[in-house]
Amino acid sequence: MFRKAINFWAKHQILITAIFFAVVLVYPLVLESYYLRNVAIQCLLYSILSLALNLIMGYTGIVVLGMAAFYGIGAYSLAILTTKAGFSFLPALVCSVIITFIAGALLALPTLRIQGNYLAIVTLGFCEIMRIVELNWVSLTNGPFGIKQIPAPSLFGFTLSQPVQKYYLAVVLLAIVVLLMHNVINSRSGRAWKSIKSDPIAAQAMGINVFRYKVFAFAICAAIAGLAGVYYASYIGYVDSTTFNYNQSIQILSMTIMGGLGSIPGSIFGAIFFVILPEFLRWLGTFCGEWIVEWRQILYGLILVLMIMFKSDGILGGFDLRQIHLYNRLQEKNAAAEEGQKK
Amino acid sequence: MFFQQFINGLAVGSIYALVAVGYSMVYGVLKLINFANNAFMVAGAFLIVLLYSWWHVPYWLTVILSLFLCGAGAVFMERASLNPIRKKGAPGISALICTVGYSTVITNLLLYIFGSQTIAVPSFSTFSTFTLLGAVIDPFTIIILATALVMMILLTWLTYGTKYGEAMRAISQNSVATQLMGVNVNRIITITFFIGTVCAALSGIMIGIYYSAVDTTMSFTIGIKAFAAAILGGIGILHGSLVGGLVVGLLETFVAGYISAGYKDAIAFVILILVLIIRPSGLFGKQTQQKV
Repeated sequence: MFRKAINFWAKHQILITAIFFAVVLVYPLVLESYYLRNVAIQCLLYSILSLALNLIMGYTGIVVLGMAAFYGIGAYSLAILTTKAGFSFLPALVCSVIITFIAGALLALPTLRIQGNYLAIVTLGFCEIMRIVELNWVSLTNGPFGIKQIPAPSLFGFTLSQPVQKYYLAVVLLAIVVLLMHNVINSRSGRAWKSIKSDPIAAQAMGINVFRYKVFAFAICAAIAGLAGVYYASYIGYVDSTTFNYNQSIQILSMTIMGGLGSIPGSIFGAIFFVILPEFLRWLGTFCGEWIVEWRQILYGLILVLMIMFKSDGILGGFDLRQIHLYNRLQEKNAAAEEGQKK
Repeated sequence: MFFQQFINGLAVGSIYALVAVGYSMVYGVLKLINFANNAFMVAGAFLIVLLYSWWHVPYWLTVILSLFLCGAGAVFMERASLNPIRKKGAPGISALICTVGYSTVITNLLLYIFGSQTIAVPSFSTFSTFTLLGAVIDPFTIIILATALVMMILLTWLTYGTKYGEAMRAISQNSVATQLMGVNVNRIITITFFIGTVCAALSGIMIGIYYSAVDTTMSFTIGIKAFAAAILGGIGILHGSLVGGLVVGLLETFVAGYISAGYKDAIAFVILILVLIIRPSGLFGKQTQQKV
């Protein structure tokens, strides 16, 4: 059943992608409720974060438990640049992404010497350090009060203040990220990352500069998460350090693992699933009592455990749609050739 | 002032040391960072509240039950999830993420039952503080220190003086060969999980009594500091955990006292990252070469 669905998807890949984007584009025009739009924006935002984690975890094989750190750096950079330094949106966005890119590279340079498990913990520690700094550096970040009144995003003189406009901005950002990921993964760097994931020593022996590619992966992952942070800050208009904590990182991790390591549609699926799940539970709560809403976080953990136990690379992990498509076509051709020989 | 800080640091440090031992025991055998360790730590304190304050079970029984239940939880985790994952031969990081999942489940279950506010943990008796060299000392501090020392001696004896410990150390070197020598590897691993978690739960109870409060965020803040302590001393090495715990505890208290209370919580992470970069095997660990 599942296999068949995957084969169908592989065959009609472009069509299904087109349908998906059409639905995404039409969605806010059809549904005008503020609530539903907000949920959709959350889906898009977390898709970007989940993709960023997938880039480093699914393709390069480095586990990062502190994604919220980069997310927070992006959000705080934008908040500080726009409210305190008087930047307008676009330059602030570019600067913030560059700042997170550098932050990612700076964290990676000394820490990549550390092996797998330890590295995961270091990123977790980094996330916690960033949170404490954001909380205590009062002169820059307003400490526990957070930064208020971040201006709405504006592009070339147009201010995007309506939710619909912000929604389309998120769609554009997600599209850019997906395109970027798709191209990077199928490039020289992407192939290098995949080889590092399957065997770093063999990759080194083949002449791949493992260290440099890992730093690059870290920096790109940080930059994408920073982009999500930029969007978050300008969408909500307010940032404070409690948003970028350990639970946030775990939530992003759950999305990526659930959706599928090394799969772009997987990450988007995981993000949508985990954003809609609590909303669904809330809706369910109107029938069978509020208690079920409280079970959200417990469910995150349970899904994480069960997913790791039964399919450790996620629902769509390990499926390369292009490869499956090519393989199926080859098989069809072989079958046709055999038919021809028989005649 | 200095002596006061020193005593406080020692108390906090020995608590970290006990949690760190929990990490070390499991890591020593399986090379696995057991993230659920810190969740079981707070679970220990919460169970005291549940059993003693809510259900009025006698105190000594409360402590035993709480330790046992936490240990049993860890055994369940090992049997139900970690063992199957190991059998499948999944990469080591899968098991780590699995324990992260368990820790999320446990802390949020506690959050669901007890709410997010801080809860007072009852003590088994009231202590009157006394003054020594100008420092006000809570006698419970001495109990914490003594417990940490006794546990450390007990565990060292267990690992280096008994057959069980021998099996444990053998597994950490080569689990397949150990199995071939007739050791029931899975049983030893299960026992190790039990002991490690009991240490963590015990320290959780002591944290609860020492601060006379517990909340679920402690799972993360204290758990990760204890992890830094374990790394500092060399994870997998018991006396390393003790030294690491004391160093982290003392440094943290002195930073809070002399520099800034706000950055107190960041110290452990800075130590963690610095140690991993400069000397990944910790103070007492041996540098191991990676084999191809």
